[in-house]
Amino acid sequence: MELIFAATVAVLYAGGLYMMLRRNIVKFLLGLAMLSHGANLLIFTAGGLTRGKAPLIEPGADAAAAGVADPLPQALILTAIVISFAVLAFALVLFLRAYRLTGTDDLDDLRSTES
Amino acid sequence: MSAPSLLLLAPVLIPLLGAMLAFIAWGRRRTQKAIGLTAVTLLSATAILLLIRVQRQGILAVQIGNWDAPFGIPLVADLLGALMVTLSGITGLAVGLYAVFYMDRKREIHGFYPLFLALLAGVNGAFLTGDIFNLYVCFEIMLMASFVLLSLGGEKAQLEGAVKYVALNFLSSAIFLAAVGLLYGTAGTLNMADLAVKLSSDDTTPIATIISMLFLVAFGIKAAVFPLFFWLPASYHTPPVPISAVFAGLLTKVGVYAMIRVFTLIFIGDTPTTHTLIVGIALLTMVTGVLGAAAQFDIRRILSFHIVSQIGYMILGLGLFTRVALAGSVFYLAHHIIVKTNLFLIGGIVRRLQGTEDLGRLGGLYRSRPFLAVLFLIPAMSLAGIPPLSGFFAKLFLIVAAIEIRAYISVAVALGVGLLTLYSMTKIWNEAFWKAADRNGESSGNESRVLPLYLPVVGLALLTVLIGLAAGPVFSLSLEAADQLLDPSQYIRAVLGK
Repeated sequence: MELIFAATVAVLYAGGLYMMLRRNIVKFLLGLAMLSHGANLLIFTAGGLTRGKAPLIEPGADAAAAGVADPLPQALILTAIVISFAVLAFALVLFLRAYRLTGTDDLDDLRSTES
Repeated sequence: MSAPSLLLLAPVLIPLLGAMLAFIAWGRRRTQKAIGLTAVTLLSATAILLLIRVQRQGILAVQIGNWDAPFGIPLVADLLGALMVTLSGITGLAVGLYAVFYMDRKREIHGFYPLFLALLAGVNGAFLTGDIFNLYVCFEIMLMASFVLLSLGGEKAQLEGAVKYVALNFLSSAIFLAAVGLLYGTAGTLNMADLAVKLSSDDTTPIATIISMLFLVAFGIKAAVFPLFFWLPASYHTPPVPISAVFAGLLTKVGVYAMIRVFTLIFIGDTPTTHTLIVGIALLTMVTGVLGAAAQFDIRRILSFHIVSQIGYMILGLGLFTRVALAGSVFYLAHHIIVKTNLFLIGGIVRRLQGTEDLGRLGGLYRSRPFLAVLFLIPAMSLAGIPPLSGFFAKLFLIVAAIEIRAYISVAVALGVGLLTLYSMTKIWNEAFWKAADRNGESSGNESRVLPLYLPVVGLALLTVLIGLAAGPVFSLSLEAADQLLDPSQYIRAVLGK
């Protein structure tokens, strides 16, 4: 199971980085999105995969029984998804505005602020 | 909630509350200005109180929500953290005061003040948090606010700069997040003190070193080190002056702070590998930054490249990893934040007086504004490292530290880069202040619009002189901070209570 997840993460990272190296601004953004999905899945996998055991604490017990799924990575991912959603939405609007103002979607043409 | 814990929470809460109130007062510029100024004043006052308290009674830690460490999220103020919060308070106050008189109506109506306060909340949260995932969240708060601040106004240059800034910082966040996930998978904790304990055994060192490289890249992008700095000179000169001043003063330094924190607390198992690499990066950063600046001919572009080169000095101290070197880094941070913010603010006055920042078209400011010329000389000479100003001592301590461990290449580079910094500063001096103006009389009539801007500039210049004159006490404070950094057991004891 870990191997499948690891392979998926690898594909997401490779695809994301490839898209980020493209000159088209939209492809670049898609690359960023893939990269953050890859990171989320990486946290999930690194935190340990456990099937079918919810982290519920029995009445009267102090801690969950051994072998339950770790809820913390999922909490981290949830936070990360919210953040990357917000940033992506902002980036989308920003890139659209930049495209309308500069009239180009080619990242190589956005050079006026460099020397 | 006891008084010390409130004191520790205040640097995050005050700007956050201020930001919320300012959001509620959307569109009411005068109310927002009042909220903004009150918040930054309170922030700098509490930050100074916090620094005094930490200096007298040692590291202060609070568990948020009373969840015991390592399960809850702690806020921790050691001397470095408290000092950084103090510097962010001072920068916030200076830039806030400046912005009240400088910012244009359009940007004020579209939320400059709430965003500025949210930025400060994120920065202070990053300086005080004791949890690595919380550090990520604080980074994101800060970045989100900075994204909007950078593109606020929507000018063509701003948007172009913002595209690069957003893209690379997003990439850096993704790497940071992946590194946090791997760290949790390895150590099973996110509390930085607990991580330091769990990763101290030898068998986790190889994997920790690999993860540390991810952190180095993530923080390296944010701190703008070689070869990851290209977004900075492409974007920092595009927004209005107060915004670029607070970016220049604080944002890259959060990356430097995070680097110092993780590479003194968590990743210290294999210092010959990691810290030698940091020295190499530092030297290349110093050289490329200063050479980039030499090729520029616009005040804020020159200054932006100098941020890059000065970041190199700060992480050089981290890389050398001795007591004096780390103290030198802390001193350099304090000196640099104040001086760099001030230089940007002065650039804004020049821009307002002559309508441009292009050195070719500027001129004659020494004749028409001798006081401004003196005010420019103080931070400029300090940046270049002329005694008795703060920058001289900052460089001196780093160079002494490098000589002590016979790192002669570092010494040579640090001295050479200092000389080239002087070249850039004299270039601005010659072109903007010394040479005759091409169009005389244009600079008159703006007196009332410029006069209030001098207030924060004079304040920061006095502070620069003060750090230079009181270099002894400031350095002994830096040494105490370095002692805490080199002995993580103090930090761990304060957080975990054992």
